[in-house]
Order: sequence, then structure tokens, then C-alpha cells
Amino acid sequence: MTNVVVLDYGSGNLRSAAKALETTGVAVEVTSDFDQAINADGLVVPGVGAFAACIAGLNSVRGDQIIERRIAGGRPVLGICVGMQVLFAGSQEHAQDMHLGLDQWPDVVKALDAPVLPQMGWNTVEVPDDSQMFQGIADQRFYFVHSYAAQSWTLREDAHYRPAKVTWAEYGSRFVAAVENGPLWATQFHPEKSGDAGLALLGNWVQTL
Amino acid sequence: MSLAVRVIPCLDVDNGRVVKGVNFVDLRDAGDPVELARAYGQAGADELIFLDITASSSGRQTTYDMVKRAADEIFIPLTVGGGVRTVEDVDQLLRCGADKVGINTAALTNPELLNEASKRFGNQCIVLSVDVRRAQTSASGFEATTHGGRQSSGKDAVAWIVEATQRGVGEILLNSMDADGTRQGFDLELITAVRKVCDVPLIASGGAGKVSDFAPAVAAGADAVLAASVFHFGQMSIAEVKADLAEHGITVR
Repeated sequence: MTNVVVLDYGSGNLRSAAKALETTGVAVEVTSDFDQAINADGLVVPGVGAFAACIAGLNSVRGDQIIERRIAGGRPVLGICVGMQVLFAGSQEHAQDMHLGLDQWPDVVKALDAPVLPQMGWNTVEVPDDSQMFQGIADQRFYFVHSYAAQSWTLREDAHYRPAKVTWAEYGSRFVAAVENGPLWATQFHPEKSGDAGLALLGNWVQTL
Repeated sequence: MSLAVRVIPCLDVDNGRVVKGVNFVDLRDAGDPVELARAYGQAGADELIFLDITASSSGRQTTYDMVKRAADEIFIPLTVGGGVRTVEDVDQLLRCGADKVGINTAALTNPELLNEASKRFGNQCIVLSVDVRRAQTSASGFEATTHGGRQSSGKDAVAWIVEATQRGVGEILLNSMDADGTRQGFDLELITAVRKVCDVPLIASGGAGKVSDFAPAVAAGADAVLAASVFHFGQMSIAEVKADLAEHGITVR
């Protein structure tokens, strides 16, 4: 049976993510165990709340190394919400001084420019044609809760690698709503809270494991 | 396209049982909050709110079990409010699977709770629930109340909402005690007054009586609209409310 680890580093509602994944037919373990997290067929990195707290939590369970090693080995990782934001170079949340991220992607997470924040609710997404993540659900709405997001995408395209598939959405600013970059996938929205569309998206990810 | 206005049913729960509402179609047990929540999820609810009115402290465990069962089965956002007094209460509810926690009376008596909770868990999961009634004595014409609208808190409602957002809450659940139960429509003046000063999402609550009551609340500035009995008693469906909102040019899911 395919097994998935939801990385437990003290952030947020892990229960919902685990239960939502179980509906796709995989075995789910919520744990911070280093070896289990590295060896699982799939790893989900959740995250809510403050960026700096999430980075500190991740580091405390060596999440940076877990993610790095999995990516190097081509093993799938799915970041959700702040679990996506931490994959960027950094975040401007809460201060002029930058909080450093895991730097898998070069762009920086910035405040959305909208009169009402957080963005809270169901928004549409602009999906690239060849997306696997959104197969069958590209016209659906997904549930977002956030005030910050990456608003640019400048990952250098290299002849050796397939270019990343980037999905965009708009709330005040245009921002990165999801990324499919080889084994590293991420969503700014919460698939585990996006009803049937969200469960279908998790199913699409599980198909890649 | 843009962000959809949310339509949210609210379930009042006492000792693990829904207290209002019996008419929802095809339920084996219309008093079971989880079954009702599941039905609302299928019916297109964008989010659910459980308001726990359990008086006894021994009933808390029942509430936690209910939240767990709901969160395990229903994959849309879940807010739980009622009787939340401490940061530990918030923590417990989030661990059970609530996505957001509503704080009402305890915030009025101990405003620092809002700072502590939003700092520890993130502002996106702390909702200020405020029961408002009209009062000539308040500067804005509205005051925050306790005890379900029966007692004044001594705080101006609009000023209190501004203070709460500064303290870090990420959403306002605005209950009009004057409109609540009247089914005469939302208190549009209240929504307008709060929207002017409020830069976090605003859920309008109280007074929905017919399908056409919702669009004016959105026009007055609500990001989300809440109702309880009109949905529970089957007077209207979520789909009918959304269809009417869409007819008024309002984006819905």
C-alpha cells in the first residue's frame, strides 16, 4: 500500500490533511520521524500561521534536510499553504528584515495588495494546459486562507529539466497558487479543505507516488 | 473571476446535539451535528460554523469529540465557537480539527486573549464573534453585548471591532441581536458601519428570512453571509441563496 507521511513539526491542523489523504486510499502517518519522512512514498509538508514559526518548526525536525534529500532522490513532496511558502527563498512577513526560506525556488513571498486580508475563501485558478495536479478539476474553486504569497516566478529554465508548471490566482495581486516542479509540488490553497475538488487534487498527487 | 462570497450555515450545538433544526431532508438523525454538517457540505455550504452552547463544563469533551468526528469527514472549513475562554481552549479545538475558533465574551473581559491566541496560532484562525445591539449611548450607535444580547459590555461595537483587529483577529463574525430571529433581513446599517473600519473578512449574521435578504448584506460590505434556522427548517437551500446572489452579479462558488 502506498504510504504518505504528513510532517508533524507543530504547525496547524494536521488531522484534516491526514484524513483527506486517507480518502485517496493511501496509508497516512503523521510524524516528525526523520527516516520515516525520508522513506515514505510521499511527504506532505503542511503549514499555517507565521512564516518564521514554520521555518523554526521545520528546522527543529530537520525538515530542510528531509525535503532536500527527497527532492535529490526524486521522491514526491507536497507543500501546502505556508508549507509552500517556505519552499521559496524567503518571506517579507512581519518585518522589513527577510525571513529566509528553504530556497528551492528563487522568488520571495510578499504581502498581497488587497483591501481585505487575509484572503479567506474559494477562488478560481489559472492552470497551465499540461497540469497533472489539476487534471479534471482545472475549472474548480479552491479554499485559500493567507495574506502573503509569491507574486513572481523566475526559476531559471534549464535544458536538462522540464520547466515547472505554475498555476496562478488573483486577489488584489496576481500570485502563485500552485507549482508542479518535478517531484516538488505545492499549493497555496488548502486541498484538504477544498471539498471534492481538493480531494481529487490529492488523488492526482497520489497517482504520482 | 474573483473570490466567491461565502454562504455559511451555523449549527447551534448543545451537549453534542443540534438544538435548532429538524427539517433537513433525508437525515437519519437530524440532531447529529456531523450528519447535518455532511449534508450541508454536499448542499454547497462554503464553510460551517458550530456554535457550542453547552452550559456544563463536563460537556466540553462531547464538543471535542463532535469536532473530531466532523473534521474527519467534512473537507470544508470548520469554525467552532462558544465557551472559548483560554488559549488552551483554542489549542484543544484546533487539535480536534477546527480550522478557526470563534471568541466572544472572553475577549470582552480579557482582550489580551486575542493577542495571545493570534500570535500563537496565526491570525487566520482567530475569529472575533461579537453580538451587537443598537444603543443610543454608544458613539457609533451600536454596542457589544454579552449573555446573548441581554447585557451591555460597555464597549462601543465598532470601536471594539477595530481594537480586536489591531489585536490580531483574522475575521469578524458580526451578529446583530436586533435582527436575530426577526427574519426581516440583515442589519445593513451595522454591516456598513463595520465595513468602513474593518480590513479583515466580515461574516454578516442575524435576520435572514428570505432568499433576497442576502444580496443587500453583501452590497453593504459582507464577505460572507451566515444563517441558521432558515436553512435548518428547509425554508431555503444554500443553492437558492447562491442563485439569487449570482443574479445580483455577486460571485459565488
